[in-house]
Amino acid sequence: MENIVGQKPALRWAVHGSLLALVLLWVFPTAGLLVSSFRTSDQISGSGWWQAMLPQEQNRTLRAKAPDTQTVENGLHVIEGNLFETPATITAWGVSSRAIDDFAPGDTAPLRKGGTVTLAANGDYRFEHTEAFTGKRGQRLFVTATSPPEFTFENYESMLFDERNSEGIGQAFLNTFIVTVPATVIPILIAAFAAYALAWMDFPGRALLIALVVALLVVPLQLALIPLLKLHNTVGIGKGFVGVWLAHTGFGMPLAIYLLRNYMVGLPRDIIENARVDGATDFQVFVKIILPLSFPALASFAIFQFLWTWNDLLVAMVFLIDATGDTTVMTKHIVELLGTRGGNWEILATAAFVSIVVPLAVFFLLQKYLVRGLLAGSVK
Amino acid sequence: MHPAIQGLLTIAFGVGGCVAYFYLANLALDHVICPARGRHAGRNINRANLVRPWLFLLPALAAMGLYLVYPVIETLRLSLGERLPGNAFEFVGLANYAQMVSEAKFWEALTNNLLWLLIVPAFATAFGLLAAQLSDRVRWGNLAKSLIFMPMAISFVGAAVIWKLVYDARPLGQEQIGVLNALYLALGGDAPATWLTIPFWNSFFLMAILIWIQTGFAMVILSAALRGIPEETVEAAIVDGANPFQLFFRIKVPQIKGTIVVVWTTITIVVLKVFDIVFAMTNGQWETQVLANYMYDKLFRANDWGVGSAGAIVILLLVTPILVWNVLSARKEMR
Repeated sequence: MENIVGQKPALRWAVHGSLLALVLLWVFPTAGLLVSSFRTSDQISGSGWWQAMLPQEQNRTLRAKAPDTQTVENGLHVIEGNLFETPATITAWGVSSRAIDDFAPGDTAPLRKGGTVTLAANGDYRFEHTEAFTGKRGQRLFVTATSPPEFTFENYESMLFDERNSEGIGQAFLNTFIVTVPATVIPILIAAFAAYALAWMDFPGRALLIALVVALLVVPLQLALIPLLKLHNTVGIGKGFVGVWLAHTGFGMPLAIYLLRNYMVGLPRDIIENARVDGATDFQVFVKIILPLSFPALASFAIFQFLWTWNDLLVAMVFLIDATGDTTVMTKHIVELLGTRGGNWEILATAAFVSIVVPLAVFFLLQKYLVRGLLAGSVK
Repeated sequence: MHPAIQGLLTIAFGVGGCVAYFYLANLALDHVICPARGRHAGRNINRANLVRPWLFLLPALAAMGLYLVYPVIETLRLSLGERLPGNAFEFVGLANYAQMVSEAKFWEALTNNLLWLLIVPAFATAFGLLAAQLSDRVRWGNLAKSLIFMPMAISFVGAAVIWKLVYDARPLGQEQIGVLNALYLALGGDAPATWLTIPFWNSFFLMAILIWIQTGFAMVILSAALRGIPEETVEAAIVDGANPFQLFFRIKVPQIKGTIVVVWTTITIVVLKVFDIVFAMTNGQWETQVLANYMYDKLFRANDWGVGSAGAIVILLLVTPILVWNVLSARKEMR
């Protein structure tokens, strides 16, 4: 059996090769976002992220130091300094936007207002003039420079710790947690009790209820938007977390009951009956026996519900409407950024990555349970 | 109050209230209403056992009834009426539906939705099957599976940002930072294309995102099904001289047909509800509208609840066959 692939080396290579191609294709888009979030905005717009590891040649416009830093040497007015914050090598440069590559490194160029400038390959410049330099801002220089690959945490720093951005994103991050935690715990609790009743208690109408749960599994939640928005507004929870929790609880309920009931039905009958004979009430049986035994199913649904509520956009947009932005969640925040800062890739990429870090962490840590839950729900 | 503390308090309040209900209700039932002692102990225990299932089920039934059953009925009602000033409501029969079918945008959304329904489940299932089969007998198969499965954890909005970068276009002469355009130009394309604004084809670029997300799901389930195939049938086929392709298409695939159908329908349901991707990427412009986004537009931009509800009912009608099939197969299973 195992050697069916191994028999023919060509086939084995084809299998490895095509799987590798598939994996790369699937990872590539996400990798792009991750790499971009560590690049400066100049670099992101200067070259594709897949070239991030290579040295980059860019045309840049840089400004020398302002005239008020000039010194006088032997009767000459001089401004000296270096153009670059990070090392780079100049291959060509110019003093006018119409001829940005007139001069080679080390050349001396005349300035329009008089005087000369000399620029070395490493960015060291020296302005010289017999009269004083005037004006408020430094002279512009146009350089074509090759800079080594560069990665930075600046985007994350400014997104997370700079007050102008971080207030919005920090609040959104917190809000997402406030939405997600109860919206994960409450449905599990409620569904576990219901699943126990449907699995192990005998009462009229049980089969009908199970059929109802299965039917509700596929009802699109879009139907719920207007009726429930009206209802929430009438009751007065139209603009808060409580409404979102309730909505997520309601929408997650059929899947939760379905998964948990399927699991609980499979638990050994003896244990439950023995406990009953020993005088345990249903509540005790549930809390002390069923809940601990159902841990795998509970965990898998918890992961599902967590991912689903964390990643949700529609429910949050409809049931968490608030003009002040105090209750904005991450997904909504990013959609807004897409609208207003659509071109600022360093901001978008960083914000998007901050928002997918938590679900990705949950996913990789608890993947085992997630897969188990998927299998319990779909394949018998 | 600091928002973090406020958040913690609300969480404690929400979860605590729920725990308190089950604990206190059971306590009340067993000790106050029907105490299992005294003269009527036996009768009380029986009564308590009659009530208890409903006590356990009540919150779940209330949640489902309020958030899923009631909206179906109410949406149906709203779709047959018109909202008048002052919260009044007038029954207008099928007028909303008539208006809806007269709109070009609706047909565009319906056509696109049908395209999505044809393409996304098919490709996601096919890629999933391919990935499952390839990773099954390879030593690094589990790692490969994790990586292909990963997009499942990413929100549709996050995926939209990821793919916007892929589809990004810069004017000719500038360095392309979108992979697709860089590739297109390298392969001899004459000018960078703004992929998302090319009518008809742009829908396919949006579908690629959902296929990318859903393939992992299909792969996980199909890979379990492949493992469940009895070894004897495979061995018999090998002994009979089947080549790997025959083995796969003639022996394995027929045996997991049932699972393929389940995967297909599950992805179909996801496709019908797809909203976030279109909303974040194009917002239905350039002929990419889909039903869910059309409905959202009607409800919250045009403020036309009648037509919006009619759109929701159309989505419900499209899932109804799956709903019926689900219930029937669940009943068959229980017997």
